[in-house]
Amino acid sequence: MTRRVVGPFNRVEGDLEIKLDIDGGAVRAAFINSPLFRGFEQILVGKSPSDALVYTPRICGICSVSQSMAAASALAAMQGVAIPDNGALVQNLVMAAENTADHLTHFYLFFMPDFARAVYRAEPWFGAAEARFKAVSGTAAREVLPARAEFLHLMGILAGRWPHTLGLQPGGTTRAVGGSEQVRLLATVASLRRFLETSLFADTLEQVTALDSEAALDAWMDAAPSERGDLRHFLVVSKVMGLDKLGRGTGRYLSYGAYGMNGGHAFRRGIVEAGRPRAFRSAEIAEDHASSWLARPAAPAHPSHGLTLPEPDAPGGYTWCKAPRLAGSVVEVGALARQIVDGHPLIVDLVARGGGNARTRIIARMLEIARIVPLMEAWVRTIRPREPFCAHAAMPPDGECEGLVEAARGALGHWMEVRDGRIANYQIVAPTTWNFSPRDENGVPGVCEQALVDAPVREGEIEPVAVQHIVRSFDPCMVCTVH
Amino acid sequence: MQNLPGKPRRLNLLWLQSGGCGGCTLSLIGAESPDLLTALDIAGIDLAWHPSLSEATGFELHELLARLISGEEPLDILCLEGSVIRGPRGTGRFHMLSGSERPMKDLIADLAPLANHVVAVGTCAAFGGITAAGDNPSDACGLVYDGREPGGLLGPRFRARSGLPVINVSGCPVHPGWVVETFLQLAGGTLTEADLDGIGRPRFYADHLVHHGCTRNEFYEFKASARNLSEMGCMMEHLGCMGTQVHADCNIRLWNGEGSCTRGGYPCISCTEPGFEELDHPFTLTPKRAGIPVGLPTDMPKAWFVALASLSKAATPERLRKNAVADHIVVPPVGRQGKHQK
Repeated sequence: MTRRVVGPFNRVEGDLEIKLDIDGGAVRAAFINSPLFRGFEQILVGKSPSDALVYTPRICGICSVSQSMAAASALAAMQGVAIPDNGALVQNLVMAAENTADHLTHFYLFFMPDFARAVYRAEPWFGAAEARFKAVSGTAAREVLPARAEFLHLMGILAGRWPHTLGLQPGGTTRAVGGSEQVRLLATVASLRRFLETSLFADTLEQVTALDSEAALDAWMDAAPSERGDLRHFLVVSKVMGLDKLGRGTGRYLSYGAYGMNGGHAFRRGIVEAGRPRAFRSAEIAEDHASSWLARPAAPAHPSHGLTLPEPDAPGGYTWCKAPRLAGSVVEVGALARQIVDGHPLIVDLVARGGGNARTRIIARMLEIARIVPLMEAWVRTIRPREPFCAHAAMPPDGECEGLVEAARGALGHWMEVRDGRIANYQIVAPTTWNFSPRDENGVPGVCEQALVDAPVREGEIEPVAVQHIVRSFDPCMVCTVH
Repeated sequence: MQNLPGKPRRLNLLWLQSGGCGGCTLSLIGAESPDLLTALDIAGIDLAWHPSLSEATGFELHELLARLISGEEPLDILCLEGSVIRGPRGTGRFHMLSGSERPMKDLIADLAPLANHVVAVGTCAAFGGITAAGDNPSDACGLVYDGREPGGLLGPRFRARSGLPVINVSGCPVHPGWVVETFLQLAGGTLTEADLDGIGRPRFYADHLVHHGCTRNEFYEFKASARNLSEMGCMMEHLGCMGTQVHADCNIRLWNGEGSCTRGGYPCISCTEPGFEELDHPFTLTPKRAGIPVGLPTDMPKAWFVALASLSKAATPERLRKNAVADHIVVPPVGRQGKHQK
């Protein structure tokens, strides 16, 4: 058995280091370290509750409006404010834009460049993958950056700027949309649709969304040459390289529900365990500190009365990340979880056959893009320009609240306690905290730690490429993880 | 730019991240006209390594760092995104370089004197920024500023090998245009110390105020004020907007196509300024003394401001009074044609 320390993992958000125990050409155990501690939860104590809308987006530059939305949702719950329809539509549009941009950034800039690594030089598919996806110099990066930037004009119109907007408020959004902005938004979304249907899918979004089984996906893949569309390119390489055998998750999935509207969600809230759905209950969440460099409460606590105090010499600690558990169990969050909880037939079938794995996670993200863009078009059309976008309500001096949203990487929760008009406690559980958690008090590893076990190590590899694929299949956001 | 005389060699750029959020990178890859990769190519700059964009990972980076530190490979431009993390108790253990036993702060301190140019990207790297808010749990600071005070990791007298001080491209996040134009000027050899303001910010954006080009300027002239976020009036009087005092060209050089904070309906919170993370009042409330905002334009005598404000308030047109508290135009301007017809 050899122990290897791998890092920094780049093309993820933030800092990440992994200790690998390797034996017999495969990973036997993994220990994940999130090596950056900033202490946002302590920074927030004593602030005016509304200031959470300034501080929390700055936890993360890649999912900043998701953090903002979680804070706004928590504040809205405390105020009991009713958001006008226009406000909810624009909140959804801003969240959808960030999530879609994240999925694109991940696929093109973070994940696919690994297939252009020299380790694959001998593979027959290498030349095409290198020309298209090579980091910095590949043709894809030069196409997707302008397309992404133009799509983010939507943020300029609706939220002033991105990242770190103050435009999402408890009662809605601060920028009213007029008739001219409405048509410009439609044009902006349509422009992204054109990029997706030409470059990413080489097919209509509706055709992609209609794929309802692994057989249908395989038939779609085989219906055109392998380089026709970047998703097909991925599917072909992924099949040859067996990405569906890499990075098996735990089989338990959580989604808080995405894009709230009229009391429900466009993508459902809930849990799937062993293929069966069940209802989500916030009270089942508890955070374990057994492997964290943090002060340890007597027992894992619900985040509404959680504690985050650094203790760099805590025995057994190997990361600043906590270990959130749901009813004591390790759960996976993210696009895969969202789509399986929502019951999309393609993802349900893929997971039933091959489990959640590196390939399924990528497919779920791409499917989500295909599903979100038509929703965005519909939301833009539903805006009624002369009606209000923001309601205002007083903030009670005392209370407790939670804000649960879906960031691109999965379930994001904020819990706030307010006393005498000031924040008395603020705890955040981010998606990557779920996926990249360390071992808990029972020694059970987190989702990615489990997914890395059995990853093959090629002859002579220092930092196994299989490990890179698995880690990046989660699209980790380490700055959110510890915050 | 690589064809300029005396500049035959392409420059390399190393980008490190420490105690920040990655938001400056995410903002930067939204650069337009041209996109970031094209802009770097035109400037003659190669990415030696960037955490979000480069293929090289793990040991490949450690090997690169060793070559840079030994001098085997020159370092033209060093960028830091995020603050320097000194805690706990000066050890830097709150941010260790992954795959090593070294605090990031030590690596940054080793590399900075070797670099021809050092660029602090964003308010965290420049001044400490949001990471230094509250009781500053991680003991965060900037490269040569600790909040509003000179100091930081490298000390106020630090000079890069070119002789320039650290270039503080502040902003939370940074505007992609500010970074790209700094790079283009550095590559072209045209950026001098005179092009930086008193706290090291490029004057091409720091010699403007956020107020310049604000679409609410007519409301400001007549002190027609918004009472709630989402209303169209001036946000200085009630909603904490600091645009008349904050150095940046956000309302001249728009964000994400056509945005800015004030155009998005919320106040300027002074994110390009040192110390913005602790304003001693809630961000969206204007502190007042005797009903008069405390933070007035810095170069205007207070008595004059008060006199002019009361005069202009008395003269506020009905149109502005009503529009200021609406979220869209409820009273349009009357056209000259309309007047002639009467």
